[in-house]
Amino acid sequence: MSLVEVRNLVKHFERGGGLFRAKSVVRAVDDVSFSVEEGETFALVGESGSGKSTTGRCMLRLIEPTSGEVLFRGENVLGFSSSRLRAARRDMQMVFQDPYSSLNPRMRAFTIVEEPLVIHDLGSKSDRRERVADLFRLVGLDPAHLDRYPHEFSGGQRQRIGLARALALNPSFIIADEPVSALDVSIQAQVINLLMDLQQQLKLTYLFIAHDLRLVRHISTRVAVMYLGRIVEMGNTAEIFANAQHAYTRALLSAVPATDPDAPRARIELDPALVNREAPLRQVSEGHFAAV
Amino acid sequence: MALLEVQNLRTTFGSLVAVNDVSFEIRKGETLGLVGESGSGKSVTAFSIIRLVQEPGRVVGGKVFFQGRDLLTLPEAEMRQIRGAGIGFVFQEPMAALNPVMRVGAHIAEALIVHGLASRSDARSRAIDLLRAVKIVDPEKRVDDYPHQLSGGMRQRVMMAIALACRPPLVIADEPTTALDVTVQAQILDLLREMKREFELSLLLITHDLGVIGETADRVAVMYAGRIVEQGPVREIFRNPKHPYTRGLLASIPGGAAGSRLVAIEGTVPNLAQLPPGCSFGPRCGDRMAVCESAFPGVTDLGDDHSVRCYLHPAPGSRLPMPEKVATR
Repeated sequence: MSLVEVRNLVKHFERGGGLFRAKSVVRAVDDVSFSVEEGETFALVGESGSGKSTTGRCMLRLIEPTSGEVLFRGENVLGFSSSRLRAARRDMQMVFQDPYSSLNPRMRAFTIVEEPLVIHDLGSKSDRRERVADLFRLVGLDPAHLDRYPHEFSGGQRQRIGLARALALNPSFIIADEPVSALDVSIQAQVINLLMDLQQQLKLTYLFIAHDLRLVRHISTRVAVMYLGRIVEMGNTAEIFANAQHAYTRALLSAVPATDPDAPRARIELDPALVNREAPLRQVSEGHFAAV
Repeated sequence: MALLEVQNLRTTFGSLVAVNDVSFEIRKGETLGLVGESGSGKSVTAFSIIRLVQEPGRVVGGKVFFQGRDLLTLPEAEMRQIRGAGIGFVFQEPMAALNPVMRVGAHIAEALIVHGLASRSDARSRAIDLLRAVKIVDPEKRVDDYPHQLSGGMRQRVMMAIALACRPPLVIADEPTTALDVTVQAQILDLLREMKREFELSLLLITHDLGVIGETADRVAVMYAGRIVEQGPVREIFRNPKHPYTRGLLASIPGGAAGSRLVAIEGTVPNLAQLPPGCSFGPRCGDRMAVCESAFPGVTDLGDDHSVRCYLHPAPGSRLPMPEKVATR
């Protein structure tokens, strides 16, 4: 059984609807299905507006999806009562993109990381202090800085605080939404290495939401490419990069800047008119699906 | 002679030195990529060149020769002629750089009229021509659009049309693709290359993305904490980087075996208010030596247009590093 299985997830946003304008519907996530196996890193890639972040947020019900199912260890999270959902969230956590806006500037780092433990009423005050200090060490922060405020940390350190908060409840599944894209290049590699180390050490399963294909290629086992709310291609990362079938995937791959100045530049442009939005995913080879 | 020659440029914000002893040149028809992380001083360098550094920043030293004249000593009225007609600008955030209540055409017409290159009556048709040149579909219609009616990629094309309006020989593009999706970024980079050919431009391209440099630049200068630590032809820098920081930046780009650990540069970018003594990269450097704390290393010419500031590569003949003048605090 897959750890997480998303079935026919749909999220529509209604827009407009003024005095002289009819309501319109934005199909942000449009019939998305995939599964994430225990211990793997599954990447959702796509450009802004493709629906990748909305998919991640719907899975944790940070926003309520319009329809579909999200099975976590076989149980449909979308059917949970609010108390059942809170309990389930111990096991599924999120790391956000912007370490500047995702940490409350008025809370000390200790309080930020302790908060999930308080909400779930875990341990005594001194237990929690000890646990937070352990988490600090785990993510490579100095426990001597527990009582500092977020602005006293650099961007990379803030992202480590966000990670410590996500790990506080010993989750098995973490959704990381563009966890390094706001960081400086030389810091990104540190955080990526940390994510990979923690995965091994704590047997974590990741859903990694990103637009940087170089990064996705490096850390993910499988990848799903989203375009306008749909998955257009999905499969093993190496296979997708070597043998992309969908026109959008090919255009996306060809747009990645080459760091070799002599690399041949073969830009493939996408003609949106040629993309059949209704084409279903079909298997093109073992474990490789494309909407072609 | 180089089109632009920057010599020992120094820009300060109060006691902070944002640009420190920066020297480089851009030749005719060449693209120089200026690469660095946030706070490295690359944007301040660009704004220093056109004398638009925000208060309390001040250019306190150095020379900026453009077509043989030192821009830092020009009267403001002449400087205004240089901006736009001599040096065009493309900014990172087109939405912030465009006036939301002005139509696209008016932005371009303004540049032409201010520089006396078109009358009000023919400015519109010139604007349409420029929009066509930057490959905006349906330019006759788009010329009357407001900036919010355009996509991010189209806004950046409009920015380029404005920058090119007066046919400047040099364009400074500050992170022109950072806010864009990767497929749109590719289109804008292609367009930059094409415009460079067609308009015989020289280009100063500022970016934090080495991929963008690799695709677009002829030469590259790497900035760290206000200084250029290495510069040279792009192939040479990518194949044969000499400064440990440049090496670290190149190595940290994911590209090795999937799942392997990335090569990371330890530590964080230093705060300009608390720079370490000597080489500012020292505390993060795997090759640190005792001498690195003595003074910032001087420039070593490695030949083939490649130079570096690092004690691993001392200038031939020098035994002890020459301590540079200690900045007045």
